[in-house]
Amino acid sequence: MRPLWSGTITFGLASVPVDMYPASRSEHASLRMLSPDGVPLNRRYYSPETGRDLDDDKMTRGYEIEKGEYVVVTDDELEKLAPKKSRDIDMRRFVDEKTIPPLYFERAYFLTPGGETEKAYRLLAKTMEDSGRAGIGTFVMRGKEYLVAITAENGILRAQTLRFADEVRSPGDIGLPKEKKPAKPTVAKFKKLIASRSKKELSTKELKDTRTERILKLVKSKKSRGKDIVETDVETGHAGNVIDIMDVLKKSLAARR
Amino acid sequence: MAVRAIWKGKLKLGSTTIPVNLYSAVVDKTVHFHILEQRTKSRIKQHMVNPENSEEVPNDEIQKGYQVEPGIFVILNDDELKKFEPKPSREIEVTRFIPPAQISSQWYDRPYYLGPDGDEKAYFAFVDALAAQEKQGIARWVMRGKEYNGALSANDGYLTLVTLRHAGEVVSAEELPKPAGRALDKKELSMAKQLVELLEGEFDPGEFSDEYRERLVDFIEKKAKGRKPRLHAVQSKRPSPSLEKTLSKSIATLKKQREKRAA
Repeated sequence: MRPLWSGTITFGLASVPVDMYPASRSEHASLRMLSPDGVPLNRRYYSPETGRDLDDDKMTRGYEIEKGEYVVVTDDELEKLAPKKSRDIDMRRFVDEKTIPPLYFERAYFLTPGGETEKAYRLLAKTMEDSGRAGIGTFVMRGKEYLVAITAENGILRAQTLRFADEVRSPGDIGLPKEKKPAKPTVAKFKKLIASRSKKELSTKELKDTRTERILKLVKSKKSRGKDIVETDVETGHAGNVIDIMDVLKKSLAARR
Repeated sequence: MAVRAIWKGKLKLGSTTIPVNLYSAVVDKTVHFHILEQRTKSRIKQHMVNPENSEEVPNDEIQKGYQVEPGIFVILNDDELKKFEPKPSREIEVTRFIPPAQISSQWYDRPYYLGPDGDEKAYFAFVDALAAQEKQGIARWVMRGKEYNGALSANDGYLTLVTLRHAGEVVSAEELPKPAGRALDKKELSMAKQLVELLEGEFDPGEFSDEYRERLVDFIEKKAKGRKPRLHAVQSKRPSPSLEKTLSKSIATLKKQREKRAA
C-alpha cells in the first residue's frame, strides 16, 4: 500500500519528510455485490444517451451552477489551484491538545519517517511528546485543504485532521435557547447522579461493533455448514476485503540504516 | 437562521430522563462535483456490471456476499441482514462518566449538539453539573437504523454528543514499534524545545481558513462568467541541509519578530 500523502512537516525553517497512512482499520464487515452465479460486480459509469460504458478519459468533473449547467474543472486546474507549499505541513502554532474541542476532530493518520534519515523525525517526535503540545497547520491532499493537529505518542507522529472554523456550528447558529440559571437542588441531584455512575476509564468493550460481530458469526456458521457458498475464478482481491493496515505501518516504521 | 433538529430523543441517566433535540454540529462546505461525460458535458449514470461478460446485472438480481477466502463468498440475504438491524429506540443511554482525558481524540467521529426539548430546567441543570464535575459521559443510542456510541460533554453551556469509532477500528501508537536509532543530540533537542515554546499559543481555529476552497470557489465563479482565470504552478521546497543550523536560524528569526512586535 502506498502512502496517502508524502510531504514534509516544516517547523521553523527545519523540515521533516513524512509519509501519511490511515490510523484506522476498516472494521465493517463490508459485503460485496455479486452476480447470481457469484461473480463480484464492478461499478461502471455509462452514458444515458448511448447506453455505453465510459472509460476514465471520457469523463470529466463539473460544478453545477444552474440546473443542468456545469462549469468543468480539470485535474490540471485543481492541481494548479493548490497553494505554493502544498507539499508542506507548516506547524505555525503549538497548542495544548486538551483545549481543542471534540467537535473539531475529523480523522486520524500516522506520519511515518519519509526521507533517507529519520533523525529529524525522531527529534521532532520526542520534542512534541515531551511538550504535550499539538502543532497546528494546514496542508493539501487530493484536491482538498486540511487543518491538522500533529501530536506524538510512543515516538510516532500522528496527524488529526480538524474541521475549519466555518465548518463547525455554534449554539447560536443553531438557535439553541439562552441558558437559564438552573435551580441549585437540581444541579446537586445531577452531580450526585454523575458521581455515582463515574468510572476511572473508558472500557473499549463498550465500543464494540455488535452488527459486524453478528454478521461475522453468521458468516462463520454458514461457512462451516457449507451453506450459501459461491466460488469464482475472477481476481477478487484480499480476503475479508481489507488490507491489514498494521503490517503496512510496521513496515513503514521499521528502522532504516 | 435557526437549524432544524434531525432527531428527537431522551437522554437517559439511570431512572432520570431529559428530553432532547439532536442537531448536526457541522456545516458541509465541501465543493461537490458531478461526474460528466466529456463529450456532451452532461450527467452520467452508474450500474453494476459482470466483468466476465461486461453485461449489466439489474438490482433485483444482485446478491450480497462476504469474502471468506480469495474467490470464495458466503451469501447473506436481505432477511438475514434485516435481522441485524438494531431495534428502534428514542433513548440515549448514558452508561458511565469518565475523565475527558480518557478518550483519545482518535475515537471522535461526527459531532452533534443536544438542545432542550421541553424541559429546559433539567437540561441546563445537567449541563451545569456535568461541567462542574469535569466529566464526559459515554452514551449509546439507535438512530435511523444504526447503533451509535458517543461522548457526551458540556461545551460552553450546552451539551455536545460526538459519535465514537468502534473498538478495533482505531490503531493506537502503542501497538506500533517505536522508531529507533542513535541517541539524539542534546543541543538539537533543547533548540527544538525552544522553538516549540516560541510558537506556543491558544487554539484559535479562526486563525486558519480553507484557502484552497476559497480559491476553488473563486475560480469556478470566474469560469462560469466565461473568463479564463490565470493559474500559478505549484512550487515545492527542498529539505534544508543541517538540522542544527536551521533550528538556530529559526529561533533567531522568531525572536527578532517578537522583539519587533514588542517595540
